[in-house]
Amino acid sequence: MSDHSSSYVPSNGFTRWLDERLPIIRLMYDSFIVFPTPRNLNYLWTFGGILTFCLVAQIITGIVIAMHFVPHGDHAFASVEHLMRDVNWGDLIRYTHAVGASMFFAAAYIHLFRGLYYGSYKSPREIIWIFGVVILLLMIITAFMGYSLVWGQMSFWAVTVITNLFTAIPIVGEGITQWIWGGYSVGDPTLNRLFSLHYLFPFIIAALVGLHIWALHVVGSNNPTGVEVKSKTDTIPFFPFYVIKDGFMVVVFMLLFSWFVFYAPNYLGHSDNFIEANPLQTPPHIVPEWYFLPFYAILRAIPDKLFGVIAMVAAIVVLFVIPWLDTSKIKSVSKRPLFMPFFWLFVITCFALGYLGAKAPEGYFLLASQLFTAYYFIFFIIIMPVIGLIETPRKLPDSITEAVEGKSGKEGASS
Amino acid sequence: MNSILKTITKLTALFSAAVVSGIIFTSSALAAGGTGPEVKRQEWSFGGFNGQYDKAQLQRGFGVYKEVCASCHGMKLLSYRNLMQKGGPEFSKEQALAIAKEATVIDGVDADGEPKERPGKLSDRFQGPFKNETEARSANNGAYPPDFSVLAKARTIHRHVPWYSEPYYWAYDMATAYEEKGSDYIYALLTGYGTAPKGVVMGDGMNYNKYFPGHQIAMAAPLSEDAVEYADGTPTTMDQHAKDVTAFMAWASEPHLNARKNLGKRVQIYLLILALLLFLAKKSVWARLKH
Repeated sequence: MSDHSSSYVPSNGFTRWLDERLPIIRLMYDSFIVFPTPRNLNYLWTFGGILTFCLVAQIITGIVIAMHFVPHGDHAFASVEHLMRDVNWGDLIRYTHAVGASMFFAAAYIHLFRGLYYGSYKSPREIIWIFGVVILLLMIITAFMGYSLVWGQMSFWAVTVITNLFTAIPIVGEGITQWIWGGYSVGDPTLNRLFSLHYLFPFIIAALVGLHIWALHVVGSNNPTGVEVKSKTDTIPFFPFYVIKDGFMVVVFMLLFSWFVFYAPNYLGHSDNFIEANPLQTPPHIVPEWYFLPFYAILRAIPDKLFGVIAMVAAIVVLFVIPWLDTSKIKSVSKRPLFMPFFWLFVITCFALGYLGAKAPEGYFLLASQLFTAYYFIFFIIIMPVIGLIETPRKLPDSITEAVEGKSGKEGASS
Repeated sequence: MNSILKTITKLTALFSAAVVSGIIFTSSALAAGGTGPEVKRQEWSFGGFNGQYDKAQLQRGFGVYKEVCASCHGMKLLSYRNLMQKGGPEFSKEQALAIAKEATVIDGVDADGEPKERPGKLSDRFQGPFKNETEARSANNGAYPPDFSVLAKARTIHRHVPWYSEPYYWAYDMATAYEEKGSDYIYALLTGYGTAPKGVVMGDGMNYNKYFPGHQIAMAAPLSEDAVEYADGTPTTMDQHAKDVTAFMAWASEPHLNARKNLGKRVQIYLLILALLLFLAKKSVWARLKH
C-alpha cells in the first residue's frame, strides 16, 4: 500500500504553490481521506481514534492544570484544591484529567487486546506493534508521575514504594535511587522532577503516536480475517467510511467518560489520596490506580524484591518480542481453534491479576497471584511458540471481499 | 463469531467452577478479617447522579460544625465567602460577614513590628482552632483532630462481601454513582459510639466506636440530642445533627457538586443526540457500499 500513488489534485493557486514547496495537504489527503482501508474492520478498530482523542484531551486539560499547579511539597496538595475550588470550572478540568487517565488506559488495553486477538503484531506490522508497546510503557510512567503530583498520601507512598524498587539493583541500586530522589528520601526535588517529566512525556508519546501511525500507513491496517488486502475491492477510502465510524465511537466513548467525570469523578481513585502526604505515616494499604494492578500483582507475587521487579518489568518487555514468539502465520485467533482457549485464559489472567493486585498478598490471594503470574509468562514464552507449530488452523477466506460477501455473495452478484 | 461465543461460554463455565470452589476457602478467612459492622449506604440529597445539596441542611450542618466541631477541627481550605456561594449553604452576605467577623485574623505588623490582629473578612480562610499541630495535640490528649476541608472524600467504607461478588458491587456502585462513601462513614462514626464490649481493654482517655478502625477513638461522642438549636424547626435529634453536619462536610469537600451534576445532564443529552445522529449518518454512509 506504500506504493499507491497520490491522487491529490490542488484545487487553487495557493494550494498548488504550497504543494510544490511543502506537500502537507497532500500528506493529509493521502493519509486520512483516500487512504485505502480494509472494508471489514469491526468496532474494535475504532479505538485508535479514541486513543488519539484521549491523548489530546489529556494534553489540553493538563496544560490548564499546570497553570495552577505548584510543584512544592508544602503547596502541591493545596494548589490542586485551589484549582478545584477557586478556578472557574477547575473541578471539571481536573476531574477530566484524572478520569481521563483511567479512560486512556481502558481504551489502550482494549486496543492492545484487539491487536493480540487479531495478530496485528505479526509481519509486516512488527514495528507498529513495537511503537505501540513503547507508547504503553511511556503511558505507564507518565500516569504514575501524574498521580504522584497530587501529593496525597497515596501519591507520596506510591512514589516511595516504586522508587525504592531501584534499590533492588545490586551494587548501584542505592546510588540510582538517591539520584532519582534528588536527596536521601522522596521530597521536593523528587516532586519537581516528576512534574517536569510529566509535562514532557506526553509530547514524546505524541511523537511516537506519529511514528505508530506512519508505520501503520506504510503497510496498511490489519483486519478481522487476517488476510492481507489483495485487490481494490478489499478496501474503502478512510473518508467518509471510517471517519464517521470512528467519530461515532468517540462520542459513545465520551458518554461513558462523562458519566465518571460528572457523577462519579472519585470512584476510580483512592480516598487516601485526599489526605495530604505525610512522610511519617504509612497508609494501611498502598495500592496503585486500577490500571497498574495487574503489574503490581506480578511484582508482589514473587517474594524476592529483585526478582519481583524483574518479573514486573518483564511483563511489559515480553510484549516487545511477541512478533517473534508467535510462530503461527495465521493472524486471527478466530482461525486458530487450538490457540483460542489459551488466549481467553490469558485475558482472564489479566483480569484476575488486576483483582489480586488490589488484595493483600497473603494466603490464597498470594497463591492465586503466583499461579496467574506463571500463566502470564507461560502464555507468551511456551504456548505462543509451541501452538503455532502444532496447530491446524481453520481455512482462511481467499480475500477480504470473499469474507464480507461470502454468504450473501451470490445475492450480491445478482442485485 | 459463533466459535468465539462458544469458547467464552465454555471458559466462563470453567471459571465459575473455579470461583465456586474458591468461595469455600475464602469466606471463612474474610469473616475473620472484618473491622466492625458494615457501614450502610444512606440516602443523601446530594447522592447519586441526580443529587443536589439541600441548602437548609447545609445551613443547619454549618451550625453544628460551628457549635460543636469547630472547637477542635479546622477547615483551612474554605473561605468565609464560600458560605454565600451558590450551591452551598447560601447564607446572605450579611450573615456570612457576621460569621467572618467573629474570627480574629493575624494580618501584617504594626509600627513596632508586632503581628497585628483584625476581625475576619469574607475573603479570609476559615480560622482554625489551633495555631499548629503541636498545640492541637497538646490540647487533645495527644490526638490530632483532622481538618474537615476534604475529609468527606478522604474516608471510605469497605463492604463485607465475599470476594467473588466484589466485581458486582463495583459495577453497581459505578452505575449508581456511589460517591458518598466518605459521608456514610462519617455519619456512621458520629452515631457509632457505645460502651466497649466485655473483654475490650480501652486505652487511657479513649472512647469505643464500633465503626472506627481498631474501635478506639480519642474523640468523645461529640453529638447528643438537642446539642444545637435549629432555627428552621427541624427536630434536634442526634441522628439529625449527624446527618446535617455530614452533609455540610460533604459540601465543603465538593463545593461545586450542584453545578457539576447539572452541567453533566446537559452535556450527556447533547452527546446522546450527537451519538444518535452520527450513528444514523454512519448507517447511511455505509449503505452506499451495498450498491
